[in-house]
Amino acid sequence: MSSRGNIKKLADMLESKKISCTELTQSYIDEIEKSNGELNAYVKKTPEIALDTAKKVDEKISKGEKLSSLEGIPMTLKDNISTDGIETTCCSKILKGYVPIYDATVWDILKKQNAVLLGKTNMDEFAMGSSCETSCFGGAKNPHNINHVAGGSSGGAASAVGGNIAVYGLGSDTGGSIRQPASFCGVVGLKPTYGAVSRYGLIAYASSLDQIGPITTSVEDAAIVFDAISAYDKMDSTSRGRQGAATVDTLNNSIKGMKIGIAKEYIEGVRDDVREAVMNAAKVYESLGAEIVYFDLPVLKYALPVYYILACAEASSNLGRYDGIRYGFKAEHYDDVNDMVKKTRSEGFGDEVKRRILLGTYVLSSGYYDAYYKKAQNLRGTIVNAFKEAFTKCNVILAPTVPMTAFENGNAISDPVETYLTDICTVPVNICGLPAVSVPCGFNAKGMPIGMQLIGDSFSEATILNVAHQYETAVPEAFRASDFGVKL
Amino acid sequence: MKYEMVAGFETHVELSTKTKIFCGCTTQFGGDPNTHCCPICIGLPGTLPKLNRQVVRYAVMAGLATNCTIPEIAKMDRKNYCYPDLPKAYQISQFDMPLCVGGYIPLSNGRKIRLTRIHIEEDAGKLIHRHGDTLVDYNRGGVPLIEIVSEPDIRSIEEAREYVEKLQLIMRYIGVSDCKMQEGSMRCDVNISVREVGSDKLGTRTEIKNMNSINFIAKAMEYEFERQVDILENGGKVIQETLRYDDVTNTTSSMRGKEDANDYRYFRDPDLVTISVSREEVEELRNLLPELPVQKAERYVSELGLSETDAALLTKYRKIAEFYEEASKGTKNPKTAANFIIGQIFRRLDTESDKEAFDIKVSAEDLRELIKLIDDGKIKMNLAKSTLEKMLDTGKKATEFISESDMGGLDEATMISLCEQAVESNPNAVNDYKNGKEKAIKSLVGFVMKNSRGKADAVAAEAKIKELIAKA
Repeated sequence: MSSRGNIKKLADMLESKKISCTELTQSYIDEIEKSNGELNAYVKKTPEIALDTAKKVDEKISKGEKLSSLEGIPMTLKDNISTDGIETTCCSKILKGYVPIYDATVWDILKKQNAVLLGKTNMDEFAMGSSCETSCFGGAKNPHNINHVAGGSSGGAASAVGGNIAVYGLGSDTGGSIRQPASFCGVVGLKPTYGAVSRYGLIAYASSLDQIGPITTSVEDAAIVFDAISAYDKMDSTSRGRQGAATVDTLNNSIKGMKIGIAKEYIEGVRDDVREAVMNAAKVYESLGAEIVYFDLPVLKYALPVYYILACAEASSNLGRYDGIRYGFKAEHYDDVNDMVKKTRSEGFGDEVKRRILLGTYVLSSGYYDAYYKKAQNLRGTIVNAFKEAFTKCNVILAPTVPMTAFENGNAISDPVETYLTDICTVPVNICGLPAVSVPCGFNAKGMPIGMQLIGDSFSEATILNVAHQYETAVPEAFRASDFGVKL
Repeated sequence: MKYEMVAGFETHVELSTKTKIFCGCTTQFGGDPNTHCCPICIGLPGTLPKLNRQVVRYAVMAGLATNCTIPEIAKMDRKNYCYPDLPKAYQISQFDMPLCVGGYIPLSNGRKIRLTRIHIEEDAGKLIHRHGDTLVDYNRGGVPLIEIVSEPDIRSIEEAREYVEKLQLIMRYIGVSDCKMQEGSMRCDVNISVREVGSDKLGTRTEIKNMNSINFIAKAMEYEFERQVDILENGGKVIQETLRYDDVTNTTSSMRGKEDANDYRYFRDPDLVTISVSREEVEELRNLLPELPVQKAERYVSELGLSETDAALLTKYRKIAEFYEEASKGTKNPKTAANFIIGQIFRRLDTESDKEAFDIKVSAEDLRELIKLIDDGKIKMNLAKSTLEKMLDTGKKATEFISESDMGGLDEATMISLCEQAVESNPNAVNDYKNGKEKAIKSLVGFVMKNSRGKADAVAAEAKIKELIAKA
């Protein structure tokens, strides 16, 4: 078993006064100082805020007050989650210096619980990328081997949690941005059902696909964090909140008789070591009394183009507001307003962001709208229906998270299309708004973690976390910690 | 060759909700720059719009009052264009599923101006050019608008004028907007083309943008009509373009800029959910609509016997119509209250905005009390008129100015005595009358009226005086 901290263990230690919150927080701050140079997980550290909160928690403990589930637990936020008074940049030059004047709903919830914010984590610029390397701060590194990327876009969160320099982190997942780096870094990443967690304050990439979720070291931690942040929010019209009881209560339910589906199209074309690890997990499930059912999901081949058309279209509109007029970066020399906007964007956005804005603008243009955007919208409906039908055959779908393990540094951005293809297993979930959790399911020959995902029907987080937790209990060695960070 | 005008209107009307369309900021006009703003209406990264349901309700009311159909579902779309007054670089509007479709406005000449649609959207901020700098004020950003789009059914400037006035009237009546054109809460874009009389083809149109006065609209249309006719007469072709009207030179000129070169890349706003308007809510809103001016005026003519002119004057502003209905309630002749309002009260209200505000010191109840005194034969019209003036000056009730002795008319003996006095003290008038000057009798009646403080019955007095002269 890993020796790293998890939420329940740390909460017990705090309440039983084995460690003070200040000591706990300081140990994370110290480890960040030691390791962040190599991991580049944090782009903004907030030790003063963390220690201030820790002091408050210690006062509560000394008064014998009861702590809530996440009180005093050191954590991080991805740098696209708005934090009042703390610079939030989406790791883009164009937002450098931008300090929000309001809190994202998720941070508002956690702040009220005295969550200890260690800092803001690295990400691909505006969450566009699969390696974290499009960040204007350079990419986060993989704690299992720093010659490899942490993945993306929430690479910083996965690197920090995998490197044990944060207990948990909130990331965002538009096409796999929580699950893919979680898979690469050997940790757990939950992408909740669209609408389960408020998007208010999450700086948008693609609004109909974006969803905030936790990256943690255990399934139980993911359940605790999800339960805390999945509340209906009147500030987000698409918010529904968690439908049903706390997911943490049903983690230990038996999965005997449960049907776990495997779609051929998810397994084909992935690397052998990945396929083998996933099929081994299927065997574990059979041994736990679940039934494995196989079926075809041919619509999956449309998922990638549908995703890139819709995501880029929405992004081209969402990113239009960065013009240098109100906040963030502004070009220094310009002739007039139009020139200022043009130069601000040319200098402020990175290549990948520009590429997606151009793609999105193109597919929405009159004359091309029907051929691309409208067709993609129609296909989105087709894919949604195909998944609905699949869930008449099984309770959850088991699939690889990524067709491979973490790329070596620098390999991802050399060929963008090749990199887009690696999102094949993660994007269908976003297209359909479904929940999915990526959990570690072993290591390849080079010692790099492999991840699998469990996909559920809408608002069935309790089910997928239950199934994931049963695997973790059966195969704890798949959750082996990296050598970095805090040991407790 | 004879030409006719073909015009259609796109009219933006600011809704008078208390708060903005997607946030809780006030919609109040004015205020120091950027003080009616929040993270949502200045489009800070990560913020999301939240639709103000009152905006939907007002728009549906506007649709029902203009004979539109209300579809059961509608959606919001993004209209993308980059301009400094638009902080998100897109305006949230409605593209292909608006709240209201297919209505019409009836004109007095019997024609109907069809409405294509009414949709809701957010207003943009305002650029202020000062000392060579351009500043931006987002107070107006996010104020709710409806855009009322008409078919190209307007054929003359008179029709255009009536169309805009009717829209203004209806929107004010149902209370969804104050439609103050000078403050920009009602603005019109006019699409205009010309064609030979008798042709059913549409000519190439131009669009005159953003006019905020009915007189400017009339002048701009007149200028543009003649300009287009001139072009065609000289064998030229009208170019489809967007124009700006300059009220100083009274000309239109081409407007190159944000509106022209754009492909708006409309798509459904993923931050907002489908708007459902239940049939129950439509009925609820229909019941909330007051009787509309046209219906009211018709009723005043057919049921109350007012002239069409008087009915139109009384229904032009909702406050006046309400005042009239209250003042005339239960009185013998509905015309009496109408005459007081159109005569004496309107004389004190010089401008249209005075009439609209209808800020007078007399309450409808007090006017009704005055009219009842006439109805009961307690006072005569002359006295009532002078009393109303005093009431309008002071805000006091009629009874403050009329003593007990003024009321109850004149007893027979006094009346006869006054008539005798009139004949005795005016021998010249009596002689004139005897010599055939019929009019001379009037001065004798006048004597009686004056000395009775208006209480005498003029007809009875005249008869008595004639009788006395004949006897003499």
